[in-house]
This record gives sequence, structure tokens and C-alpha cells, in this order.
Amino acid sequence: MNMHAQPQRTLAETALIDAFGERLSLLPGDGAVMVKRDDAIEAIKHGLPTRRVESWHYTDLRRLLTSVPAFEAGAVVKALAPVLEGSVVLPVLNGVSNTKLPDVEGVTVQRLSEKLTDGSVAPGLERYGDDDAIGALNTAFVADGFFVDIADGAELEKPVELQNLQAGGQSHVRLLARVGAGAKAVIVERQTGEGDEALVSSVSQLVVGDGAEVTWLIVQEQPETATHLAQFKAHIGKDAKLTLFVMNAGGKLVRQEVVVRTTGEGADFKLRGINLLAGDTHTDTTMVLDHAVPHTTSTEVIRNVVTGKARGVFQGRINVHQYAQKTNAKMACNTLLLSDDGEFSTKPELEIFADDVVCGHGATVTEIDHNHLFYLMARGIDEKSARGLLVKAFVAEVIEELDDEALVEALEERLDGWFSTHG
Amino acid sequence: MLEIKNLHARIVDDGTEIIRGLNLTVKAGEVAAIMGPNGSGKSTLSYILAGREDYEVTEGDILYNGQSILEMDPAERATAGIFLAFQYPMEIPGVATMEFLKVAMNEQRKARGEEPLKVPEFLKRVKEAAASLSMDMNMLKRPLNVGFSGGEKKRAEILQMKLLEPRLCVLDETDSGLDIDALKIVSDGVNALRSPERAIVVITHYQRLLEHIVPNSVHVLYRGQVIKSGDKSLALDLEANGYAGVIGEAA
Repeated sequence: MNMHAQPQRTLAETALIDAFGERLSLLPGDGAVMVKRDDAIEAIKHGLPTRRVESWHYTDLRRLLTSVPAFEAGAVVKALAPVLEGSVVLPVLNGVSNTKLPDVEGVTVQRLSEKLTDGSVAPGLERYGDDDAIGALNTAFVADGFFVDIADGAELEKPVELQNLQAGGQSHVRLLARVGAGAKAVIVERQTGEGDEALVSSVSQLVVGDGAEVTWLIVQEQPETATHLAQFKAHIGKDAKLTLFVMNAGGKLVRQEVVVRTTGEGADFKLRGINLLAGDTHTDTTMVLDHAVPHTTSTEVIRNVVTGKARGVFQGRINVHQYAQKTNAKMACNTLLLSDDGEFSTKPELEIFADDVVCGHGATVTEIDHNHLFYLMARGIDEKSARGLLVKAFVAEVIEELDDEALVEALEERLDGWFSTHG
Repeated sequence: MLEIKNLHARIVDDGTEIIRGLNLTVKAGEVAAIMGPNGSGKSTLSYILAGREDYEVTEGDILYNGQSILEMDPAERATAGIFLAFQYPMEIPGVATMEFLKVAMNEQRKARGEEPLKVPEFLKRVKEAAASLSMDMNMLKRPLNVGFSGGEKKRAEILQMKLLEPRLCVLDETDSGLDIDALKIVSDGVNALRSPERAIVVITHYQRLLEHIVPNSVHVLYRGQVIKSGDKSLALDLEANGYAGVIGEAA
């Protein structure tokens, strides 16, 4: 007898597979794109990843994704005022690139739907591994987004803000950017929404040209009705710098993957993350960083505040390839655990195949320092306010490091917003 | 203003008794110096006055303006007008010094039923106070006490004291870590706060500080008790002859 029982599909898996059949005729894409979509839905038919898949060990997607909403959004949603004043705003509203394309010197913007239709983005729809469930989900369903091209040598005066906003339902979006050689840009990726149950997948792909400098801020403030599955992928060229700042301050089930590769000598990557976790939520930040060439550097600092019954995860994997000598990489993950019911899991991994490198990692979980609390209270600041100041300070430290007053102020405003509702 | 009556206190963690029947009275307008050898309980006394939870009062009482403060938390004591200038001020990364000063001043004002300070008025007060202590305003742009030298931290404590205008000031070894010039500046800052409505308790090892902040009374603390009180000449006597004589007398 050879009777391997096919595990029964979950409601969510069934809903996704059914939705694909229903949506297929509406999804843009040439033959090459459609082949990728078919591959992707096949991967989903094999089942969403469980905790037995190593990279999903702390986020059992199959178990946690209990339902999938209908495609249609519950309501109309409008573009928001940008996080950084004066930004060029490119909104994707309920999954549609709903704006007149801006006319900014040095910047070319295209709708992703057009690039799917003409098939030019088909090569980028590759999944990066068998466990790339977010890539699969997004590739199957992606309908729109933007492609932003910043010309070689362009130094953008205004930041660009990519907004992905939804009012319930499903949206699957890709945000692509190429920053040309020697160019400088600040790009904000805003992920938020309102209203009913939502399932959002968003994949960002960035190429940082040689000598370019990019600061990319992901501001994720989804409502507690949203499942947010996101991926940020980047290649960093020779002598180029990328600072990625990720702020997770919302969502019911969140996974933000960061997949970065240094591709040219002298490339530098900084990841700075703050996770503000509250309620009965699950937030996972998973990074895979490849130091693929010699003489590249990276630092990763993640700070987490855990309240309520929130669960958080940080997985940081640094691969130093055999030829990537003189790599310098440092990773730290610090958690302030403010509730007995909250938890945070950290998994640092260093895979080093070169012999002349400096790599390190550290993780801490602490409570509020009672000496600090005493000092503030001894100045007349009541206990609640003093705790608030210290918790904010714990994460603000990472923000202040950004060394750009406008950025720091804007992010601290987001921080104050979170503390005013969750403090 | 301050009456400490038969105070006994111990460390919560291990039960070690540090203060063993301490009596001390400090009147409004008075500067009282507390001296004593290492381990006599000087710093502990200052922490207990400020309300640190690591210590537990097992007997006796502390009256401030006639009211017991034992049930008050540190913030309540501070808003009531008690200020401790720390021997080792805490470095608190991420808390901007200016923000901290503003919150502290306004929390105290709120507790007294006063309106919060408007930003220009707040800045004016900070600038004036900083100038009087020869402090660079750039220092105050840094996180609280972070990267400050020992002397800078002590100045920052006195700056806070000036801004918060407490009624009872407790200075715990404010002279340690100060060079002669800084000692003069800090002492001038403290002297400027002397007033008939304010009491100042100066805890120190050395007579040196008391040349600048001349006390009205001097108390010798030993093994958790005040074993001798006198006027400023007592400090000179201790400087010349050490604590041994006084301890011997008391024994």
C-alpha cells in the first residue's frame, strides 16, 4: 500500500488557490509573467510554510494565516500626507497605482502594471528559494506598483514616498527602484491601511548603483486587521551605501523579510529596525545578508519594545562568501520586554566561508533599568511618564543615529504617535 | 524643615542594616554638612531621603515640613521640593537633556497647579542657569549625562537644582571629581540658592567644599548614626585630626 495522505489544505490555502483561478483573467502580464505566476501558485499548492521549514520556524504561516479576505477592498482609500514634508508621493491605493505620474528631474516613474503587461519585469519575479512564500504569494497575484528609476549622478532634493494603502481586501504590490551610479536618494516605503480584514503582500526590489547613497525607510503602520507580508530585496554596488530603516508599528500578522547582497567592493549596508509591538499580534523581521565580495561592511541594529500579548521575531543571517575577505559585519538585537505575556525570539546566524573577516552579533532582553527610573522620578517625573521616556529613549537611540534632522524628527513623530495610543 | 527621628533602614535585597537610629534636624535657611568615613551611611541617607526603593525604613520617621514622607514615591518627594544631587548621576542614552529638563520642570509645575512653561521662557531659564555655571549649551544637546565628564555631570546636577528650585537640597559628594575651578563654580551655584526658605544638606568627605559652601552646622555620621554635631569648626577639627578622635569619644 502506498497511501501518503495529502495534508488537508487550510482555509487560507484553499481561498488563495481559488482566488487565483478567479483573478487570473484580470492579472496583467505577458507569457513570461504568466509562467512565473503559474510556478508561484504551484508553490502555494504545496502548502504554506510551517514551523518545520527552518526560516519559518518562529512564524508558522500555515497556522497563523487563519483566513484570507475577499479581493475587493471594503472602502475607498486616499493618499496620505508624506512622512517627510515635501516628498514626491507615489500612492498605490487598494493595489492600484492610482496617480498621475510626477515630473521630477532625474526621476522616471512607470506603473508596474505596464511592466507586467510588457513582460519586462518577468526576470525579477524569481523566488529566491523554496521557502520564499512571500515571493510566491506576491508573484502569483501582483497587479501593480511602481518602478522608480533615478538617473546616474542625480542627487534628489526631495524624498520619494511610495505609499501602499488599503482599506481591507487583498493587495499585492511591487515597488521597484534603481538608483543610478553616484546618485543620492531618500525613499520612504509607507505601508498602512484602515478598515476591515486585509491581506497585503508587498515586494520591494532595489538596485543601488556604484557609488550611490540610498536611505530607504519602511514605515509599517498597518491596522490590527491586516496581515502584512513584505519583502525588501537589494543589491548594493561598488562603494555604494544603503541604509535601510524598518519601523514596524502595527499589523496583526507581519513578516518583513530583508534580503540584501553586496555586489561590489566597498559596499556598505546598515539595517536599523524598531519593532513596536502591542496587542495580540505577531511581527517577524527576517534578514538574509550576503557579503558576496571582498571589503564590504554591514551593521544591523534592531530594537524591540514588546507590550501586551505581542510576539516578535528577529532572524538575522549573515553569509560571508568564500572570497569575501575583509568583511566587517556586526549585528545586535535588543529587546525591552514590558509585559509578562509578550515574547521575543531572536535567531542570529553567521555563516562564514572566508578566513579574514570581523563578524559579531549580540542579543539582549531587558526590562526598564530601575536606576534610570529612579533618576527620572527623583526629578519629579511620575512613574508612568518616566517609563514612557525610557521606553521611547530605548528606540529613539536608533533613530537619532540617522544623522539627518528631518528624518529623525519625522520618525520621532511616528514614535510619539505610537506611544500616545499604546503608552 | 527636615526632621529625621530615630531612623533605622536596611538594604532590601540582603537585609543589611545601614542606618541605625539616626537623628537629624535641619531648619529652613540652614546649610548642614554631613561628614563621615567611608561606609558610614552618608550616601544611603541621601538615597533614603530621595525615596530609592532599594532601601527599607524599619523604624523611625522622616518629616519634611512636619509631614512624613515615607509613603511618598521619589516623584512625589521631588515635586514636594526635595532634590538630590547624585554622587554618580545616571547616564541615560536616548533621553535628550533638554527634553528631560522641560518634562521635569513642567511635571513639577503641574503638581503645583501651575501652567507649563512656554518654550521661549524655558529656553531663557536654561540659558541663564547654564551661563551661571559656565556650561556650554551644546552639552545640553546631548543625551542626558551621556559622555559628560565627572565634573560636567556635577554641574549638570546643579543646573537641574537651579531650574527646579527645590526647598530641600541634598548634595551627595558634589565635590568629588571636581577640579579647583569647577569646585568654585559649583559652590557659587549652590551659594546662590541659599535662602531663608531653603535648607541644604551637604554630604562630603572633605573640608575643602565647606570652605566654599560654609555650613551652619556640621554632623558626623558613623555606623548609621549622627555621633557628633557642631558648627563649622567641627569640620576643621576633623580635617586636622581625622575621624578617630570623634569616633573614640562616641564609643
